[in-house]
Amino acid sequence: MNNEYVVRMKNITKSFGQVKALDHVEFSLKKGEVHAILGENGAGKSSLMNVLSGIYMPDSGSIEIKGETVRIPSPKSALSLGIGMLPQHYKLVDVFTALENVAAGSQKITPLINRKKILDDMGELNKSFGMDIDLNKRVSEMSVAEKQSLEIFKVLYRGADILILDEPTAVLTPQEIDNLFCIIKKMVSNGCSVIIITHKLEEVMTISDRITIMRKGQTVETVNKDETDAQELAGLMVGDVMELDIPFAVVERGKKSLEVKDITAYDRNKVAVLNHVSFDIYEGEILGVAGIAGSGQKELCEGIAGLYTLKSGQILFNGENILGKNPEAIHDLGISLSFVPEDRLGMGLVSSMDIIDNVLLKDYRSTKGLTISKTRSREKAEKLVEKLNVVTPAIENHAVSLLSGGNIQKVLLGREIQLNPKLLITAYATRGLDVGSSQIIYELLNDQKRKLKPILYVGEDLDVLMSLCDRILVLCEGQVTGIVNPRETTKEAIGLLMSGVKEEGERSCTIS
Amino acid sequence: MYHIIKRDEPSPRQKLIIRILFVLAALAVSSIFVVFADANPLQLYIGIIDGCFGSLYRFAATIEKMVPLMILSFGVMVAFKMRFWNIGAEGQFLMGAAGAAAVVRFFPNLPLPAMLLFTALAAFAAGAIWLLIPAFFKAQFGTNETLFTLMLNYIALAFVTALQYDFWKDPAANGMPKIANFPENAQLPASHGFNLSILFAILIIVAMYYFMNRSKIGFEITVLGESENTARYIGINVKKTILTAAVISGGLCGLVGMIQATGVSGTLTTEITGGLGFTAIIVAWLSGLKVPYIVINSFAFGVLLQGASYIQTAFQIPGSVAEMIQGTILFFILASEFLIQYRVVSDRHKEEVA
Repeated sequence: MNNEYVVRMKNITKSFGQVKALDHVEFSLKKGEVHAILGENGAGKSSLMNVLSGIYMPDSGSIEIKGETVRIPSPKSALSLGIGMLPQHYKLVDVFTALENVAAGSQKITPLINRKKILDDMGELNKSFGMDIDLNKRVSEMSVAEKQSLEIFKVLYRGADILILDEPTAVLTPQEIDNLFCIIKKMVSNGCSVIIITHKLEEVMTISDRITIMRKGQTVETVNKDETDAQELAGLMVGDVMELDIPFAVVERGKKSLEVKDITAYDRNKVAVLNHVSFDIYEGEILGVAGIAGSGQKELCEGIAGLYTLKSGQILFNGENILGKNPEAIHDLGISLSFVPEDRLGMGLVSSMDIIDNVLLKDYRSTKGLTISKTRSREKAEKLVEKLNVVTPAIENHAVSLLSGGNIQKVLLGREIQLNPKLLITAYATRGLDVGSSQIIYELLNDQKRKLKPILYVGEDLDVLMSLCDRILVLCEGQVTGIVNPRETTKEAIGLLMSGVKEEGERSCTIS
Repeated sequence: MYHIIKRDEPSPRQKLIIRILFVLAALAVSSIFVVFADANPLQLYIGIIDGCFGSLYRFAATIEKMVPLMILSFGVMVAFKMRFWNIGAEGQFLMGAAGAAAVVRFFPNLPLPAMLLFTALAAFAAGAIWLLIPAFFKAQFGTNETLFTLMLNYIALAFVTALQYDFWKDPAANGMPKIANFPENAQLPASHGFNLSILFAILIIVAMYYFMNRSKIGFEITVLGESENTARYIGINVKKTILTAAVISGGLCGLVGMIQATGVSGTLTTEITGGLGFTAIIVAWLSGLKVPYIVINSFAFGVLLQGASYIQTAFQIPGSVAEMIQGTILFFILASEFLIQYRVVSDRHKEEVA
């Protein structure tokens, strides 16, 4: 009976610094099943799988593979136990053919490459899993789906019978997803067991046998597919509504400030990352944006700020179209737009510079002449540090990267607010911050709202979004699946909208 | 197994001590070569100092070796600050010298001040253009500048070779492949061995210090080098900044061509650079791309270069031995930089810690 389980992970804990990524997690995989792991971002899905595939070593807990307790110190030893993980970002050599990619690094290969034998082996494997890989095709000529099949093939060729697929459908078209599911079914009938990480409820219901739901580093529950439905899963995924101490500022909203009409954008692979998105923001309003990571939030923010190329549509700011204008041009129009990007140290700030220089970044252009003057930036930096209680040994000659996450964000947000912008866009403003720092950030945003500023707040914690925002726009795969009033809807309803279950979501939400 | 781990930033004092120890070690190792060359190491090392500071003329020669290296290093610094890997200082130097030579050739009768002004401008422009080519392709199409600038060195060298051996060959040189010496009105004025380039150098030091620390363009170049995303985010025009930095970087390297052609070699030759364009990369990097350190390190290199050339004549040792001493010192200094930033730990030790 014990042999029925190919993987048993007990009591797994893993911390990064003070953050507990995994907190006494339990997980088991039966032979021949497809097991979905479901959860929001940061729930610990990927961390758990990284532990299983030897990328992370757990701080505590035990792992049994096929009935034996094991230690998995590296991906290589994971593979020797039959565990193969498909990376989210494919690791293929572009200039190699499919065959060469599979052969490279495979232990079955002798110093001299016997092309014929490999081809025969691979051909057989290709057939038995119903894959359709042209082994002589170069990776650079492959589509995303083909690359993915090749990655799966590579893992299978190396003898894995426990496969971990990390968000495999995120980059695929619906037909390609069907095809992938066929391959998964073939794998299972060939004796493999499959773990699939995802957040799309429909797919979970289609492909999996059992589902483990994770939230905030813990396993919430493991359920059989047949005994549940999307509604219940969404509820488990987002959790109960928590009472948060975030005051909602009651403000009489002013006139319409920003109007986004029908914008569309594509990524490098020509996949639509924003698909006919329309909404508006009023003065004195916080418009929240909810959605699973990578649903188009980044492109939306950067698109408005003039940093991401939008293909069509209009962005009207007080009646003026700013679409297609770069930040310099937007600034020159006299539109002060402040954007607090998700990547604080990589975009919002220069990590190696001190606070004064980082304040100067947004200030140096306002003085005339060819030289910079730090006098005013120094004053502003001093004021910022004092007002927001930034903990730093010095504002000069002390790189901002040496500050704690909360203080870095205070510097960034503080700088943007000091500019007295006409529109404030924040992306994941409290990500990685502790409760105290987060509270300060929420207070700052509410202050701005009271000053009748329009604010776009991209967030990931639904509880926060629901307490803080006037309205919430839900994005799913680049599409707006709903704009809801958080005080007239439920968390589950938003969870469903986030997962793209539009019809059901709309029934339980009122669109304002 | 041994691992290499990044260490905490050592204090300036510790850094200085490490560096001095390494230089001493380098001298100790060089002594072996010196002994094989039948010379007394201690006397030789004293000779180096004597050769650099022993008289006003010797000191002038040291400065003469320092100045071109320093200006080249500034040029390299501006590009490197932007993470634009200009490996083409050598080529920009050559093109600058060719530009200066062109002015001398086509306007031989200009009065000295005008001659100096126009040769300097031509040299600056030629060097700037030579770097603008790869910079343009980088800004426009994202091409890799490292290989591009490197290859342009060889084109520049081939170009100057063609000038020297054919187009501008001096018919009065009895078939020797050389370009005619510049006339009197195209020679940098000198006094007590110090030529006018020292004035250039002082002006450039001040200008570069302000440029890097106080100017908007310098600030933008630094921001762009640190993070292109941030640069775009705050509205810097990335393409324009790349091109501007290229003009300054290439232009400074080109200007060195004028200083060397009019001040030292007296004409344009293929050997005019002496490899300084590459040495400048080392100097700029060792100096952490900071103006004051470039001044200090260029001077140190000037001492090495002048000392080496002095001991060859004074002690009658082969030039290769002098070069070996130089190379050994450089090697040890580079090794010390590695040990300043990293330390080597054995596996066993690490497990004990864990």
